[in-house]
Formats: sequence, C-alpha cells, structure tokens
Amino acid sequence: MLVGDRGKYIAMVAGVFFSALVITQQSSIFIGLMTRTFSFINDMRIAQIWVMDPGVQFIDDAKPLQSTFLLRVRSVQGVEWAMPLYKGILKARLANGRFQSCNVIGIDDATLTGGPPIMVHGSVADLRRADGVIVDEVGARGKLAGPAKVPGGPRTPLQIGDVLELNDNRAVVVGIARASRTFQSQPVIYTTFSRATTFAPRERRQLSFILVSGKSGVEEQVLIDRIKRQTGLAAYSSEEFKDLTLDYFMKNTGIPINFGIAVFLGFIVGAAICGQSFYSFTADNMKYFGTLRAMGATPGLLVKMLLLQALIVGLVGYGLGVGLASCTRYIASNSELAFRLPWQLPVFTAVAVTLVCTIAALLSIRKVLTLEPAIVFRG
Amino acid sequence: MIKEPAIICENVTKSFRQGDIVTRALRGVNLTVNQGELLMLVGPSGCGKTTLISIIAGILDNDSGRCLVNGYDFSKLSERERSAVRGRTIGFVFQSFNLIPTLTAAENVCIPLLIAGNERKLALEKAYAILDRVGLGSKLASFPRELSGGQQQRVAIARSLVHNPEILVCDEPTSALDEVTGHKIMEIFKEIAMSEQRTLIVVTHDDRIYEFGDRLAHMNDGEITKIETMSQDYIREPQV
Repeated sequence: MLVGDRGKYIAMVAGVFFSALVITQQSSIFIGLMTRTFSFINDMRIAQIWVMDPGVQFIDDAKPLQSTFLLRVRSVQGVEWAMPLYKGILKARLANGRFQSCNVIGIDDATLTGGPPIMVHGSVADLRRADGVIVDEVGARGKLAGPAKVPGGPRTPLQIGDVLELNDNRAVVVGIARASRTFQSQPVIYTTFSRATTFAPRERRQLSFILVSGKSGVEEQVLIDRIKRQTGLAAYSSEEFKDLTLDYFMKNTGIPINFGIAVFLGFIVGAAICGQSFYSFTADNMKYFGTLRAMGATPGLLVKMLLLQALIVGLVGYGLGVGLASCTRYIASNSELAFRLPWQLPVFTAVAVTLVCTIAALLSIRKVLTLEPAIVFRG
Repeated sequence: MIKEPAIICENVTKSFRQGDIVTRALRGVNLTVNQGELLMLVGPSGCGKTTLISIIAGILDNDSGRCLVNGYDFSKLSERERSAVRGRTIGFVFQSFNLIPTLTAAENVCIPLLIAGNERKLALEKAYAILDRVGLGSKLASFPRELSGGQQQRVAIARSLVHNPEILVCDEPTSALDEVTGHKIMEIFKEIAMSEQRTLIVVTHDDRIYEFGDRLAHMNDGEITKIETMSQDYIREPQV
C-alpha cells in the first residue's frame, strides 16, 4: 500500500535517508577528528611505552623533561631501549615571506628511532645530512608549497633539495614522507633530536617524551609501574596514551557535544518526518485497514503489515543514507576532511534507523489497533 | 421448502457514548434471516443500519441481546477466533468498493484467500476464475483506477465471493452507480451469489433495487419497524 502512495513513500524514505546520512556522516567526521588527536601516537608504533612529565594531559601538551631523565629511564631494569623525542610547534618561513606553523618532530640522532612511518621520496637515513629535514607529503603539496611558476598556476610542491627557514635556521628537505593527518592539520617535519632542539627556541628542558621498548619477557604493565616508581615520571602504553589524549579532547572540548547535537538533530528530524508521513499514510488508509480487518485479518496481521512497510522504508533509506556517507568518505579521502567510517558506525546507524522506523510505526500501530471497525461501512 | 435461519438477532441493543452524550443506536432489534434469502435493510441515515450489520458481521459488539451468525455468537469468541470465523463465513461489499488502489483486480480479489492462509498461486487461480464469472476476465491486471465504477464493484463482488462465504453483507452496493449499472450489479448478485444459496443482507437507500430483495426490513431510530415480503410485482405484505 505504502509504495503506491509515492508522495508519502518518498517522504518517509527521505526522512530515514536524512537520519542515516546525518548520523553516519557527522559521526564519521567526529570519529575522524578524534582519531587525528592521537594519530601521531599511531605513527610512532615502534614505541611500546611513552614516558613523560606527570602533568601531560594529551599528546600536544608536552612538558619538557630534563635530559638526565633519559638516562634514568634507560637504567630501569627491563628497559630494552629508551630514545628521546622532541615534539614542538615551530614557525617555518616560506618563500613568499609568510610564516607557517609546523609540527617538528626530533628523533634520536644515532638510531633515528621514531622516524616517519612511510617514506615517499628519500630515506630516513638522509636525516644525517647537514640541516636535513623530512616533510610530510600533504604539507609539502599544500601549506609549505612554493609559489606558482606562472601567475595563477598551481603552487610548486616542496621537493628534495628545497630549503626552508625554521625559526631563522636553515633546513634542507632531504625526504618526503607520508604521515597521518594531525588534529591541527599542520605540516609535520621530522629531523634529528639535536637539530630539532637547535631549531627550537632555547629552553632549559627540551626533552618532550621518552620512547621506551621493554625487553622480551618483561610484562608491559610491570615495566610501566617500575618506570613510574623509579623516575617519578608518568608512563603509559601506546593504547593508554591514546586513551588519555582522547579523554582530554572528549572532556575539555565542545567537539563531542557539537557533533552529538548534530547527530541527535538528525535522529529527531528523521523520526519526525518519517513518523508524520507514516502516520498520515496510515490515517489515509484506515478504510483499507478496516476492510482487511473485516475480511478476517487479525490486528496482529495488520501490525505485521505496518512493520514490514516500515522495514522496507528503513532499508531503502538506510541504504541510500549510508551509501551516500560512504561516497563522502571516498571523495574526502584526499581532502582535509577528517572522515573515518569504522564498521561499527553503520551498525550504530542501523540501530538508530530501526529506532526511527519503530517510533514511526508505533504511532501508526496504535491507530490501527484502536481502529473503529464500523469505519469500513463509511462511504 | 423450510430454510434454516442463517442469522438470528434477538433483542440486540447498542449504545455509543461520546462524553456525557449517550446515543442509543439499536433499541432491541429482533431479526431472522434465512439461508439463501436476500434481505434489504432500509431506512434513513442514522437509523442504525450500519450498526446492525457491523454487529451481524462481528466487527462490533452488542451491549445486550444475542446475535447468532451460522450458529456463532461473535460476542463469545476471542478476537482471533472472531477474525477467523468472519474471514471464513462472511463476504463484504462496500459502498465505495474499498479496493486497494495499489493492487490489481486479481490481487484485490485474492486478499480474503491470502488472509485465510492460502498460497498465492492458488489464490490467484481462484481470483481469475471468479473475475471471469463476473465478466472481468480481461481486466485481471487492471488497477482500480483503470476500471469504471461498475467494474470496480464487480471486482468487489468477486472479492466478497472468492472464499465462498455463506453470508454476504453489502453496504449500499449500488449507490455509487447509475441505474443501469446498479441493476446489472444486482443481477450478478442474484445470479452468482444467490444461486449458491448464500444469504445476503443489503443495506440500501436505493429503491430502484428493492425488487431484487426477498424481504425488505425497514429501520427507524434503532428499531426494525416493518418487514415486507417482496414479489415480482412489488406487492407489499406487511409481516410485523
């Protein structure tokens, strides 16, 4: 019956589609943004344990340590290796005279532990060359790109051999790497620890984090507890540090509330459109439901009919909504848009859409169950 | 030949309450309709005709009295049993046909059989056969909007007969049709429905079709005031 009433059918599908699209898309962007908050920790997958000042609340909240702490951590029983890591924001002066804030990562000079996860051009070992830096490819193509060769043309991507000015220090690009996008979307520049501290403004303490790997056979949690006890520093496994970072953004920013409101509105608007259309459809077709009841259909059968129609609408709307959201993911894969669609999200959307359709159907089911039987005899 | 009563209503009452206002729709109706009989139920609007056929058809409960339909007292059956008995025993024809607009003629006719649990293929075969009998063998795949009023009513008649019910309840079956079409519809009733000894109750305002009835029950203000036996030349024989 419903499919035959095209206007209402389309309105209902549109309601579910809108809900599914908004819920999936906004949640995907939210998850994408939240994932970016700890993307750097993901990239540093070589580090089993992160050691830092106890006051650190999230990855970008580095509170530099005295360099002697590195030696103290190395002396903890069960530590296989411990490497210094510098992480800070420095300004790069571009060829056009403008400045661009960059996320500068300084890794251990000797071992180059913690380098970029994927090299596109050059190699991590090239960091040993004088003034060498490795730039992430998105930054090289975008914010750090040079001026266009012809007026109005595309900007010239940064290439190996190009020279940057980092905090009035000369830096030569020796490689282009692929790094995960960060929350602030700043270009990421890798260099050695000693060179990074040279680039950075002079401070008494410049050791942001200590990356640690335990000896085989040593339990991670035991080692973490040992480092904490012996050094007085904070130590977290990679997963714990991600959780700490995520918790900070969840609790101290308005991001979850803003996205939560958008998702909730998507749900409410979808439920309202869908519910209103379905109710209207039921009201318009009461004489047919009455006819079916007169011909022997039980109230239970009519309820099943309504639920089946709600299910069909739900499936079509859900497919369109999640499908379009997935297209957004495809389109956004090379853009600044933070978009992450884990398998759990379509399941979550399916639950929400089921709820939308159930609410819509319940209003109608109530009407059908309280159907005045004599309605069938009205002209 | 003495025929068994198919419908027995004894002192049936029904009231409707709307706020503080109570409307007495039926005030003790006594009526017996025999098997194979065509009873015309006539009277002004609001006299209780629709309420009476709703109670007879088991889609409304009476307040007091008793109504037996083929031996079943609907008021003593559960909702499920009532639906099953109604689906098996009674066929309906409505004033505005009530054909589901998104289904074809054949699919509309199938509905009572599908509700009764028949397979779709078997239901369609029976629908084709009955539609052929009412002269719509070439309109099986037509949607209601593609049919004239008379054709739609014939589909409705086919739908009311497809599951071979013992009783037909018809509400104003000719009021939406012109005189010629109305007569044709009544002839179909006579020819197809009555030939198989079905019982028909026809609620109507249309005095052009009175001649088709065996008896004419007049209702007014919730009561049956007069029952006439009809004959070919429309001779009235008051019985009450």
